[in-house]
Amino acid sequence: MTLRVLCLMALLTAMQSWAVSPVDVYTFDSPEQQQRYKGLIAEFRCPKCLNTNIAGSDAPIAQDLRRTVHRLVVQEGYSDQELRDFLQARYGDFVLYNPPFNSRTLLIWLVPLGLAIVGMLVLFGLLRRARQQQAVNLDESQRQRVRALLEE
Amino acid sequence: MIAELGQLSLALAACLALTASAAGLFAHGPSTQLLRQSTVSMVVGQFVFAALAFTALVYSFVTDDFSVSYVATHSNSLLPLPYKISATWGGHEGSFLLWILIMTIWMLLLTLRRDNYPVRFFSRVLGTMSLMNLGFLCFAIFTSNPFERLIPMTPADGADLNPLLQDFGLIVHPPLLYAGYVGLAVPFSFAVAALLENRVDAAWARWSRPWTNFAWAFLTVGIALGSWWAYYELGWGGWWFWDPVENASFMPWLAATALIHSLAVTEKRGTFKSWTLLLAIAGFSLSLLGAFIVRSGVLTSVHAFAVDPERGMYILIFLGAVVGGSLTLYGLRAYGERADVGFKILSREFFMLINNVILVVSLAVVMWGTLAPIGYEAISGGRISIGVPFFNMFFVPLMLLLGLAVALVPVLNWKRTPWQSIKSTLTAALPVSALLGGIWWYTTDPKSAGVLAALIVALWIVATHLLDLVKRLRQSRSLPLAYVGMSLAHIGFAVSVIGIAITATQSVEEDVRMAPNDVTTLGVEEVRFLGVREVQGPNYVAQQGVFVVTNGSRTFELRPEKRRYLAGGNIMTEAGIDAGLFADTYISLGEPLDGGAWAVRLHYKPMVRWVWLGSLMFAFGGMLAVMDKRYRKLRTRRDVSIKAALGSGSAG
Amino acid sequence: MSRASLFIPLGIFLLIVSVGYIGFSLDNRNELPSALLHQPFPEFSAGVLGDPDRRVSKADLLGRPTMVNVWATWCPTCKAEHAELMRIAELSDVRLVGVNYKDVAAKARRWLVDFGNPYEFVIVDQDGGLGVELGVYGAPETFLLNAEGEVVYKRVGEVNRRIWRDELAPRLAQMGVYKMPAPETENSTMGSGR
Repeated sequence: MTLRVLCLMALLTAMQSWAVSPVDVYTFDSPEQQQRYKGLIAEFRCPKCLNTNIAGSDAPIAQDLRRTVHRLVVQEGYSDQELRDFLQARYGDFVLYNPPFNSRTLLIWLVPLGLAIVGMLVLFGLLRRARQQQAVNLDESQRQRVRALLEE
Repeated sequence: MIAELGQLSLALAACLALTASAAGLFAHGPSTQLLRQSTVSMVVGQFVFAALAFTALVYSFVTDDFSVSYVATHSNSLLPLPYKISATWGGHEGSFLLWILIMTIWMLLLTLRRDNYPVRFFSRVLGTMSLMNLGFLCFAIFTSNPFERLIPMTPADGADLNPLLQDFGLIVHPPLLYAGYVGLAVPFSFAVAALLENRVDAAWARWSRPWTNFAWAFLTVGIALGSWWAYYELGWGGWWFWDPVENASFMPWLAATALIHSLAVTEKRGTFKSWTLLLAIAGFSLSLLGAFIVRSGVLTSVHAFAVDPERGMYILIFLGAVVGGSLTLYGLRAYGERADVGFKILSREFFMLINNVILVVSLAVVMWGTLAPIGYEAISGGRISIGVPFFNMFFVPLMLLLGLAVALVPVLNWKRTPWQSIKSTLTAALPVSALLGGIWWYTTDPKSAGVLAALIVALWIVATHLLDLVKRLRQSRSLPLAYVGMSLAHIGFAVSVIGIAITATQSVEEDVRMAPNDVTTLGVEEVRFLGVREVQGPNYVAQQGVFVVTNGSRTFELRPEKRRYLAGGNIMTEAGIDAGLFADTYISLGEPLDGGAWAVRLHYKPMVRWVWLGSLMFAFGGMLAVMDKRYRKLRTRRDVSIKAALGSGSAG
Repeated sequence: MSRASLFIPLGIFLLIVSVGYIGFSLDNRNELPSALLHQPFPEFSAGVLGDPDRRVSKADLLGRPTMVNVWATWCPTCKAEHAELMRIAELSDVRLVGVNYKDVAAKARRWLVDFGNPYEFVIVDQDGGLGVELGVYGAPETFLLNAEGEVVYKRVGEVNRRIWRDELAPRLAQMGVYKMPAPETENSTMGSGR
């Protein structure tokens, strides 16, 4: 029990020292390039961290990856997609916060779309039933009035 | 000694929870008066003992009792007093004790209003809530006991509270958030009681509404606080990451928002009964699912508590039993009625329906995005990540659609609205909003279609609601609190939409190297770095940077710090923030570079405060909506009918 | 709405719970499957520890089964696995190559002197560039390459007795650089036996 506690303490102290938002001072060829870089480092997940992008972590691997992204974008002129392919080839799908669109992940993308469509179908279905019931109700209420009048 | 008393109190509370749930749910004795009173006193007892246990834990923190293991891992003698107290809920065990305490507080509040409800129904409600509480108490006692001792290896001093938690945010965010999470147990219990009693009607909806709205309001504020806290604490200028723990709180919120609207329809029109019941069950179920996600380690997150599969398993089983049980009850007892759809498209009912459909679809998408990586790993063995780009892609359009629906609400009547009423808003409000939105959008840089759509929709919402308000005032019609609440809430939604749209696209961020006396521009501002000096805090030593910022005619100073906490040696950055209604300036220190220079991050974030101000507005609006007199008049009406029932000789 | 359709929410919920349950039973939560599995080892060019003039590349890893072990002196788990690596170097014919990851060369050399050197040579990766090419995100990590330079197995974390027994030994035996010891309990009274 105490060992568990001590390990936990060690783990907590170790982990939180990386929860500091890092500041890199890089140079860029243009503000547009800098914006591209910022957007890209927000897209990749730090492989070692507890769910942060490489922009938001001070872990050594995150620093390395930021440096790599900077080098590839600024010095080697990689396009956005080339950069994604580069990191995906080395770290797998995990490192992309936007899951890739391939045969295995097809379902991941289609389900939300399907849900939205189901929602619309529900709305239309209820609407149609509203129109149908409107006709029925009118008949009912008319019939009832007739009956009431008859029973008077 | 105190810790043992705390442990004993927990056990006693659990015993009372057991008897209360038995009495409330199963006892059908002829003497309903006795039944009711005993259940009520058992609930009060649960509160008393939960409060005692909680006080015992707080006491242990305040007196630096490091023989209690939980105190040793989350506190330190140098920790300032407010944080010692809030450290009570800084970790899993203590925060769960807070959860239990809040549960008993909600139950206590219910008992204060017991005259409003029929006896047997109310006993069922208390019984259900006590059953939930029993589950929580057993969880705490058997898997997450905060009172475990570290004897004989008592440390001389504690490991210190995580510096990120040594903040005002910890003092307010968990209590308010839990008040929301746990508060959803009230409509849940009302729904279960209604199913057990086979009594689901407009009256039931009217009883549930005040509790639901208040729980929802707490949840709203709790989430908004969490977002604000993350923003100023974590240093990257963001306020929402679609992190599993954030989603865990957002899902019940989406369900609860759908619920408060659905309840309104069921109360006023008597329709959507089964659907409202389902939403009520879903709300609390999602709270439990959220607790599972956050405390079991099944999903990785910086916000998650320490991982423990044993706890996770217990929560999963509890979740399965509670939700499975209530959904089975729903399947067996809910009315299989064909929804009485006596309304047209242009009606409040249909637009509430649109609201519900959009919110439920959003909820499903968020749940899918959060849980799909697990399913993917199970099926294919690979690991994927679903993050911000995915969620935003679906969520933003859905919210814009919702906004369009919200805009039309003030001019709609129940059942059907004549085209004339709509025409005025379309010919006046929409063009004006489109024009203003377009002009505003034109001033933005970079421009995006999403921002244009968001601005027009939000301004349209504000326009239609204000126009309707003016119309009512002019016609000297009454302004019931419910109406004011609704308008405030919807306008608050628009305010948040504007805040999100602007801050997401117009923020400026610069990472620069600054030496003393360097000046740099940040958007429209000029920032001068004056250097760094050492300061001493109560339990830390810090390097404090001094920056002078000029914005037009206004000059102000910001002092971000890089702190080293004495107890654990942890390093943390504290950003310097100038909070403005229309923009924030946000500076954080990076690493020291050569020659006295520092790497500095500068943010200029326009309209970011509107995100949270809007949410405060709609939380408040939601509360106003149920503070209407008709919910308070319940007492007199109920008393009359109960007296009549008792007088006529029938009992139970 | 039929009675049956009222049970749809229960059905959906059971689905969600099973996902939660699965999520639980999945272990190795902190290990990522390697993107390099069954891929050729990447091309690289790097220096060697202790030999400033020598440079190595992928060609130096071909020709025989090779275990590439990423380690560093700042990594306590690497120290823990070191004894196992020494044992593997002795027991089998696999070529052990080290990658000194984001470390200080002098410290690394000292470490190998103090604790023993199981490696044929140690690649120096001071800035972590080779690590990025390999998809490394922490130390220790170990890659098993066949003679053609294809990655047949990756281990994230220490190489311990269990990993040796369950993962490495069978593969090394298959590649012909290790002879599995005869199983102790084999009493077949049928068949060839006597």
